[in-house]
Amino acid sequence: MPLDPEERRDGAGRLSRRSLLRGGAAALGGLVLGISLPAKRARADKPRAVGAAMNAFVHIPTQGSVSLIMPAVEMGQGVYTSQAMCMAEELDIGLDQIEAIHAPPDREHYGHPIFYVQATGGSTTTMAWTEPLRKAGATARAMLVSVAAAEWNVPAAELVTERGVITHTASGRALSYGEVADRAGRLQPPTDVALKSPDRFRLIGTRARRIDTPDKVVGRTVYGIDVIRPGMTFAALMASPVLGGKLDHVDEAPALAMPGVRQVVVLEDIVAVVGDTTWAAEQGLCALHMTWSPGANASLDQARLWADTETASTGPGVTVRKEGDAAGKLAAGKRGAGTLIEASYELPFLAHASMEVQNCTVHVHDGVCEIWVGTQVPGYAQAGAAQVLGIAPEKVTVNNHLIGGGFGGRLEAAPVVTATRIAQKVAGPVKVIWSREQDIRQDMFRPLYHNRLTARVENGRVTAWHHRVTGPSILARWLPPAFKDGIDSDAIDGAAEPPYALGEMLVDYVRHENGVPFSFWRGVGPNSTVFSVESFLDLLARKTGTDPVTFRRGLLERNPRALAVLNAAAAKAGWGSPVPQSPFGRRTGRGVALMHAFGSLLACVAEVAVTDGGDVRVTKVVVAADVGRVINPDTVVAQIQGGVVFGIAAVLHNRITLAGGRVEQSNFNDYRLLRINETPAIEVELLSSTQSSGGIGEPGTVIVQPAVANAVFAATGTQLTRMPLDASLIARSV
Amino acid sequence: MTAITVNGKIYEVASEARTPLLWVLRDELGLTGTKFGCGIAQCGVCTVHVDGVAVRSCQMPVGTVGQRAVTTIEGVGSTTVGARVQKAWLDLEVVQCGYCQPGQIMAAAALLAANPDPDDNAIDAAMSGNLCRCGTYVRIREGIKHAARS
Repeated sequence: MPLDPEERRDGAGRLSRRSLLRGGAAALGGLVLGISLPAKRARADKPRAVGAAMNAFVHIPTQGSVSLIMPAVEMGQGVYTSQAMCMAEELDIGLDQIEAIHAPPDREHYGHPIFYVQATGGSTTTMAWTEPLRKAGATARAMLVSVAAAEWNVPAAELVTERGVITHTASGRALSYGEVADRAGRLQPPTDVALKSPDRFRLIGTRARRIDTPDKVVGRTVYGIDVIRPGMTFAALMASPVLGGKLDHVDEAPALAMPGVRQVVVLEDIVAVVGDTTWAAEQGLCALHMTWSPGANASLDQARLWADTETASTGPGVTVRKEGDAAGKLAAGKRGAGTLIEASYELPFLAHASMEVQNCTVHVHDGVCEIWVGTQVPGYAQAGAAQVLGIAPEKVTVNNHLIGGGFGGRLEAAPVVTATRIAQKVAGPVKVIWSREQDIRQDMFRPLYHNRLTARVENGRVTAWHHRVTGPSILARWLPPAFKDGIDSDAIDGAAEPPYALGEMLVDYVRHENGVPFSFWRGVGPNSTVFSVESFLDLLARKTGTDPVTFRRGLLERNPRALAVLNAAAAKAGWGSPVPQSPFGRRTGRGVALMHAFGSLLACVAEVAVTDGGDVRVTKVVVAADVGRVINPDTVVAQIQGGVVFGIAAVLHNRITLAGGRVEQSNFNDYRLLRINETPAIEVELLSSTQSSGGIGEPGTVIVQPAVANAVFAATGTQLTRMPLDASLIARSV
Repeated sequence: MTAITVNGKIYEVASEARTPLLWVLRDELGLTGTKFGCGIAQCGVCTVHVDGVAVRSCQMPVGTVGQRAVTTIEGVGSTTVGARVQKAWLDLEVVQCGYCQPGQIMAAAALLAANPDPDDNAIDAAMSGNLCRCGTYVRIREGIKHAARS
């Protein structure tokens, strides 16, 4: 049912007339505790920052929780807690004394210190925001303390702060932050505040409890998809089955005849049905017969996509890194010294498949636009909607939300743009929800990548190395200033600076795009480059008769930090001991991989069992990680565990393929995620480190994939080079 | 008009009888703790209890609920086992994005109500219908065992 326009803003008035059972409660049996009232909803109207602003991140009210504004969005990776820890550490308050507030679109204050634009991604939150947020906390503390010092006429250095209270120990006087906040907020912020030395940390480095989870376990968290607005309707949509196609014709009548359907919105490339519930809208959409003009992509087939990328990889590339004359040394071919080895690795398109499907609630009215959504890019969302409507960005309000899984899938404005185009035609607020099928088929995919590697190995050492990465450039579109000299620094991340000594080196990049929409996906460039490097190193080791760990150690003599991580994983996994037998398959194997990307070093050892039919089960995963200084060690472990599961799904199951320009997958039946019964034991060892903080949201996903592929290589003797693993290629004829 | 009992309260429902319980809960009753994930019973994020049994609410027409008691994530904390699971989830920091966790918790609570001390096979059998894209399975397994011991 549509909501009553006159209902109270918090939704509490809804259903009061309509859904109360009129009489006869006894007829329903004994469990009835009372007559229904609607669930009181916090919804999107809260929380807002309250109190005196010390700076863009810290607001302190006279009483109650301190508002901490979060520049990076929470999508499960734990950054609302880690960002709060950074601010609260310097501010000397407890995590139980704060309220986390979503930052609005505001690049000046919340623009990413590395990306410049306002975005959460690339596993960069800790490395980018730790210092600015600690400074914000320390600055606020200094302002509060200076008010108390002036009031008591004592040096600020004599005051101590704890849990939001300023105390002058000698005189026993005390003031709460709230009591001095208004005066402090009027002060000029100091420009150089001292940050705590790490030995005085009370929060940073501790296993602090997450601040977002208590609401999540009782169903109280409001994700974008849970927004309810007064008078809101619901929209279901269908885009052209052939990517990029346009609508030819649709007869609206069958949908309009359905109960609960209010409107059909026909756009050039999308048909949306608006109804009183999501279900009514979906049913209306199902009743429609649409015809589409497929356009230029009608001939896009997967075999051609693979082949075109392979062909592109033989064309001219842009040099990314050149050390010595690798090309010359490799050109000598088989006649040169040692062993010449070449291989190519191919990675498929992948969908994000967050559990929360794409959704966006939009209300266009009176020259303004209000948006309720969970996004990693609030500024891009605002600009996208403004462009659709031809209004100034300031006229677009973006209310951000906790996200039900990001993984890069909320780094684009496209869903907001689509929802705004629909909402523009609808009176009142409308919640646009993608079906799972539309979410997968209309996703912007992890690109299809091709990696060609050539190396010469002499006496167990790599003396020449050529790594060519072929794929599209996300950055050229998403962050044009970062696309320099024809090089996509994301696509080649992990190839340009591998942790190993590889002799004379050439790394180059071929930009190749193919008409399929693409974007960032958990692990980004290193998913393709690290997979390829680590697979190739196993090939080199086996072709030269060397143990894969021993082979890598020989390339790490000048990289003790990476060697320590590799050794830690190998020791913990019992590298060199026999791989245990498994009930899942007769062939078992153990594989290793090492990476240095996102500022973090990880080594992984995976064990697999392979059935005669070629099905692979990952039976155990060990990860050792040096991620530099850690804010919350439990979050680091959780991100590695989760990233590993995400990566296993990719290497075992995931691929998006095209036939006639149509995505062949549609839902979890044919785009398989890992399930609990397929999840191995995952052991994580964090090495203590005083190096700069690295990222941790993505590395687990990156590192497990080559480790699993290498374990399958060990178990079967066959190296698979196109992902995901193809059972038919490792089936054993009985 | 259909009447259903959710978390001990009776609601009169205007949606057609064939409307899945999921959309009645979310769009009509405003109980949005129960999530939409796939619409085809592949992911389990919409799991609720119907007379204590874990059910995919995206597949249950509201007209078939009848007099049976529906419990959602908003109400399961008032049961002993539900509260234990929720506490275990916090004690072990199971949750990441949290979107699937209402379904995970409902499935786990139904499992523990039927089997107070499940082994790994029982956990696999009861929980393999519930997807988690963040990959919290290692902790979900530990969480169930933790709740069983508490």
